[in-house]
Order: sequence, then structure tokens, then C-alpha cells
Amino acid sequence: MSEDFNDNKTIQAQSSETISGGGAGVTPDTDYVRPAEVADQDLYHGHSFITKWVFCQDAKVIGVQYFLLATFTGIIGLILSWLMRLQLGFPGAAGFMTAEHYYQFVTMHGMIMVVYFLTALFLGGFGNYLIPLMTGARDMVFPYVNMVSFWMFFIAVGVLLASFFVPGGPTGSGWTLYPPQAILEGTPGSGMGIILMCVSLILFVAGFTMGGLNYLITVLQARTRGMTLMRMPLTVWGIFTATVLAMLAFPALLVSAIMMSLDRILGTSFFMPTILKAGEMLEYGGGSPILFQHLFWFFGHPEVYIVALPAFGIISDLISVHSRKNIFGYRMMVWAIVVIGALSFFVWAHHMYVSGMHPWFGFFFATTTLIIAVPTALKVYNWILTLWRGNIRMNTVMLWCLGFIVTFVNGGITGIFLGNVIVDVPLSDTYFVVAHFHMVMGIAPLMVIMGAVYHWFPLVAGRMLSEKLGKLHFWFTFLGAYSIYFPMHYLGFIGVPRRYFEMYDSPYVTSAVGVNEFISTAAFLVGAAQFILIYNIVVSLRIGKPAGKNPWKANSLEWLTPTVPPEHGNWGDKQPVVHRWPYDYSVPGAKEDFIPQTTPPSEVVDTEVEKT
Amino acid sequence: MSDPKIEGYEFKPGYKGMARDTASDQTMFKGVHWGKAMMWIFLLSDTFIFSCFLISYMKGRGSTTVEWPNPSEVFALHVGGVPVPLLLIAIMTFVLITSSGTMALAVKYGYERNRKMCGWLILATALGGLTFVGMQAFEWSKLIHEGVRPWTNPFGAPQFGSFFFMITGFHGTHVSIGVIFLSIYAYKTFAGHYDEGKRGWFTSMKGNYVEIEILGLYWHFVDLVWVFIFAFFYLW
Repeated sequence: MSEDFNDNKTIQAQSSETISGGGAGVTPDTDYVRPAEVADQDLYHGHSFITKWVFCQDAKVIGVQYFLLATFTGIIGLILSWLMRLQLGFPGAAGFMTAEHYYQFVTMHGMIMVVYFLTALFLGGFGNYLIPLMTGARDMVFPYVNMVSFWMFFIAVGVLLASFFVPGGPTGSGWTLYPPQAILEGTPGSGMGIILMCVSLILFVAGFTMGGLNYLITVLQARTRGMTLMRMPLTVWGIFTATVLAMLAFPALLVSAIMMSLDRILGTSFFMPTILKAGEMLEYGGGSPILFQHLFWFFGHPEVYIVALPAFGIISDLISVHSRKNIFGYRMMVWAIVVIGALSFFVWAHHMYVSGMHPWFGFFFATTTLIIAVPTALKVYNWILTLWRGNIRMNTVMLWCLGFIVTFVNGGITGIFLGNVIVDVPLSDTYFVVAHFHMVMGIAPLMVIMGAVYHWFPLVAGRMLSEKLGKLHFWFTFLGAYSIYFPMHYLGFIGVPRRYFEMYDSPYVTSAVGVNEFISTAAFLVGAAQFILIYNIVVSLRIGKPAGKNPWKANSLEWLTPTVPPEHGNWGDKQPVVHRWPYDYSVPGAKEDFIPQTTPPSEVVDTEVEKT
Repeated sequence: MSDPKIEGYEFKPGYKGMARDTASDQTMFKGVHWGKAMMWIFLLSDTFIFSCFLISYMKGRGSTTVEWPNPSEVFALHVGGVPVPLLLIAIMTFVLITSSGTMALAVKYGYERNRKMCGWLILATALGGLTFVGMQAFEWSKLIHEGVRPWTNPFGAPQFGSFFFMITGFHGTHVSIGVIFLSIYAYKTFAGHYDEGKRGWFTSMKGNYVEIEILGLYWHFVDLVWVFIFAFFYLW
């Protein structure tokens, strides 16, 4: 914009053309950044254990709380997946496992991992911790609401887990909770289980809305001086866009959860058609099960990107820092995030090809689905071009980044298979689908989370994690995850259906049995390998190498706080002033290979910094 | 509308100017209070909730095989033996829209630091909301008395009762929450919390008259949603 208006003195002095004379362009105005628009934030400082660590209003503590609770829930999801794999690989090995239990575990595993683990961890965990720090804000804009958000999430998790202990157990209708079977007798957990699931989701959405408003307004209205939109780290862009998606997609989940519970409790027929059960007409009649599918997937597809977009953003920053290069095509990356987010609202019915639909309808949704591949592929190219001729540091964080790219490309390509109606119809409800979504929205975001943990742990704890254990953890997880999900593509091609408790004497048995045993063994190992990380964290908290300030030599603001780990209020007396984007790595002519965002232009006049 | 005055910042004309102002540092919406921006975004999210409800209603009504009850008969009141269609709803709508007017005046007097007028107008708004909820309770009990239930009704498609109770109930909940907050705000206004900047009981943030405008946004939204519910349930 500066070409059009020529009004920003900072940008002029920064541009390499004007300052190539060697400092001649420096005037008292060179480092000018206009004053703050908004008065310094009024913060409530906790002064007791309860207000400092339990009902705390500091976004960083709330972020850690979200992280820990989401991880705890995730471990329950992991244990459920072990039990499922035990049954699939070695039928009957777990004596207590009935078909009902299996379906309950499938359901709870899916719902926990997608909503209560990944969404809560990326937006609640990383969002809370990183947004204020990366934008230079003192805290989230509504700290009290933010605190309530976490405790709503806490109650939602409590209600969800309570369903394990009610008569009939948790719902076993699959994580999609499709009616009519979700609330009909015969489906496990059709009594209290499904009601608690709906209540828990409603609470989650309410709590998330409180947090989401905080993330959005902090990014929109509370950035520090000099932090323009195009100087924000991609992490912030990813979390911000994902939050927008969540604010617009969760309403559909809320509405479907309300209508489903009314169908179950009051006997309304929103989703329930006329049903004949065991020769007896049920009270229900005239509702539309397909309506539920539309509502659910109008939430469900953006949900995929609610998980993926923060992962995209975080991985961009990690790759840039650890290959000491500016992110390739920053503006392209920003617009790709925004475009993917917008498109994600127009693809939901590709989850419903087998529900039966007008061919033109399927055609429309196949087209929009494939269009998403364009900005997504663009991002992958840009990650690779960022690595290209970079000064790559092959540390644990970088390993997770590379693992992510490989896994994501793999899962993305199978997505193109499934986005086409005629390919999807035979592959639907086979293990190919399971392999696809676990690769693309299970393992790939998980790799990002792991990379992010190794990257930001020094900031949160002030100590480094062990690299040795980190690499061990990575190789086990990466190779193990491939051993699990790669063979599943094959199982899908030979037609092994998903969601089956046991294959019994079906013709698939001969070729699928060995593969299933192999997959299960790998699953046990990968799951166990995650405890390396927990061990690493626990040990490093006490005896890890002190991190000091800015151990990765990164540019973005979270590493530039006066104290490490940052205190409440983040910035001490004065908020930082930003002069550049966070990607000035390996700038020709600069003394060091990184120029932090707060470095004023007068200090880098002899370098060829980007104009940002 | 004129641009707000921002020290050291100059707004630029045209689309390029708009893009530049939007992407500039610190704030995207210049001079807009955080709470106001939050309420707008919350209302956008809430719009999606009501849209999902109303679209489900259209789908349910459109695909039912049993005949849909005739709203002008079902919702009619009998005055001296003569059925008057939509009488109650007309009064309800009038009351609610009027309360939007008193709310807007309350915001105006609040910014003028006219504590008394502002407080009375907020109270009037709350009273309007309470009257609305009361009349809705009357309408519900009348329908329940006639045998309408969420799962069935004597006039036709059972989905009529389901959607009616669910959507008007959800909207009524919004109005009730609004009434509760209006009452609290009326108390705070009369007690002078906004003049003194007294810290809030829960949030410990300083009181400011802008809070009344933020609540006003919510209140106008609830009224606007009612117009849509009115159109879809009573006029369709």
C-alpha cells in the first residue's frame, strides 16, 4: 500500500532501494511508529493460589490448562483406540469386549480426538498462549470470559466422561451420531449416553464461543504498535481463521445437538422418520434423518479445517525458524488460509455421497472439494520452497515438520480420491476412509502439535526438552503411524468395511488377518511411544537445560518478553513496538541471521531487508 | 458516518484506502470499543444458530406429508366470539419493537450522562421484554391447553408443535437473558456505577456507559430475530 499513499515513513526507510546508500537515509523519523490508539489494558492480577493457578485470568495459564486437560482427554482417546485395535487385530483377546463396547469406544474415540482433543488443544491451548504474545498484546481482551471458557470446557469434558458411568454406557452410534439409530433402543448408550453426549457438546460450544470471541477480538483490536495484519506470524493467521470457522460452524452442531436431545427426551420427530420396530410402529414419524446429516456436516467439514488451519500456521513458523529462511510467499500463505477457510463452508455434502443425492448436487460438491486442493497444494509447495536451500537445522522440531509435510501430502492425495463421487462410492465405509482422515487430520496435526511442543516448551517452562528422547519419540511415532495407516489403504481397496466389530468367516479374512495383526501391534507401540514425550516433559521440567532467552534465535514477539517464561501482562512496563514481519532470517548484510520484529530500521540500514 | 479521530493516523479514500485502513496496525475497526466488536461477532455467530433453526423448520415444514396447521386459525384469539387472527402476536411484536426504541433512547441518555433518564429507559425496556415473555407464556399455555405438544398436535403435522416450541422457546430464552441483564444494568445505572467507573463484581473491570450500548446491540438483535420468526411462523 505504501506505493499508493507514500505515507509510511518507516516503510520507506526500510526498503532496500532507499537505504542502499549505506545509512544515508536515516533521519529522526526513520524509526517513527504512531502512538497507541487504545489505553494500556487494565488487568486483574491474581494474588492467591486460586486466582493465580485455578480460576486464573492470565491467557498463558488458561492456555496451559487447556493443553493439560485436552491432553488428558486425548490419552483416554488413545486408550480407547488401543482397545479397538486389540479387538480388530486379535479378536476375542480382550474378554470383556462385546460388539456394544466396541461401538462405544469407536464413538468416544472419534468425538474425543476431534473435538475435545484437537480443537481444544489448537485453539484453547496454543491460541490462548500464543495469540497475545505473538500480537504483542498484554493479555486476551476479556480475561474473565476467557477463564469461564476454560471451566465450561472442563464441565463439558466431565459430562462427556460421566457417560462412561451411566446405565447403558456412552453412546455407540459412531462419532457422527446419525439418527435414527443414535436414539433407538438397540444402539448402545441410546439411553443416557446420547443425552450426555449432546449436553456435553452444547457446553463445549458455549464455552468455546467465549474463548473464540477473545481470540478474534484480540487479533482484530488489540495488536501492539506497528503490528499490521501482514506482519502477523502465520500461526496467528491460522488460529484466527480457524476461530472464525468455529464461530460460524459450531452453531450447526449446537442446533443439531439440541434437536437430537429433544427427539430423545421429548419424543419430537425432527430427525426421526416413521419407524417400524420389531413389528411395532414407533411414536416417531415425519422427520428427516438427512437434515441431521446436513447440519452435522455443515459443522463437521469446517471442523476439519478448524484443526488443520492452526496446524498450517504453526508449521509455517516452525519451518521458517528452523530452516533460517523467510517463509516463501507470505501473502500467498495468508490468502491460502483465508480461501481454504471460506471454501470449507461449501463442501460439506461430500461426506454424504452415499446418503443418496441428486447427481448435480454431488457434482457441485465434488467440484468445490477439488478446488480446495489448489490453495492447499500451494501451501505445500511454499513449505518446500521455504526449506529449499535453507540453513536447515535438523533438530527434533524440524523432524516433526518434515514428518507433517509427508503425512499431509499423503492424506491430502487420498482426499482427492474420496472427493470424487464415483471413486468415493465404492471406497466409502471402508478402511480407505479411515486411513485418509487419520493421515490428514489425525497424524498430520498431531505432528504439528509435537513440533510445536518441542519448539515452545522452552518458552513455557524455561528449559529445553531432551533432543535425544525427542528424536526417539519422533521416529517411533512417524514410522509407527505409517505402519498403522499405510496398510489400511490396502484394506480399503480390498473392501474391508470400517466399523465392523469382527470379520468372522468373511472372505476378507485370509488377507486381512495378518495386516490387522501388524497394524494393531504398531498401534500399541505408537501409543506407548507417546509416553516418551510425557516422560521427557516431566524430566525436563526439573533437569532440562536452561533455555535462556530466545533459544531458537527466532524473530517473533513471544521470544522477546523481558522475562522468560513471560509473566502476567507479558511485557513489563512497555509493550513492544513492531517494525517488521517475523520472517527476517538470513538477511544479506545483517550481523546475525535473524532480525527480531522489534529491531528498528535505523539498526539495519545496510542490510537488504524485505519491505513489510 | 465520519471517521473517528485517531492520533497520528490519517484515513485514506477509496477501496485501496479501505484495504490499507483495515490492514493497518493495532486495530482493524478504528475507534471501536473491544466489547462492541465482541458483541457484533457474537451476534454473527448467533445469527447462524437462528438460521440453522429456521432452515431446519423450513425443511421440516416443506417435507412433511401431513398437512401443516393454518397459522391464522391456530394463533387466533377469540374476542367476543369472533376469531381475530394474529391479534396477540401483533401486540407482542409491537411491545418488543417499542422496547427497541426505549433501548436506543437509553443509550443516547447514557452517553449524555443523564443517569436518571437512562436508568428509567432501561427499566422500561426490561418491562417491555418481560411483557413479551409473559404474553409468550400465555400463548404457550393456550396452545398447550388446546392439546398442542412438542410431539403432537390436533391440527396436523406434529412437527408444527416441535418447531414452534423449540424456536420460540430459544428466542424467549434470549429475551429472558436480556431482561435479566437489563435489570442488572438498570440497577448499576441508578447506583452510578457507570459514572464512577466502579469495578464490576465478577470481571473487576471498570464500568462504562458503552456497556449499555453493547447490551443494546444484543437487544436490537433479539428484536430483529423476532421479526423473522414472526414472518416464518405466523405469516407463512
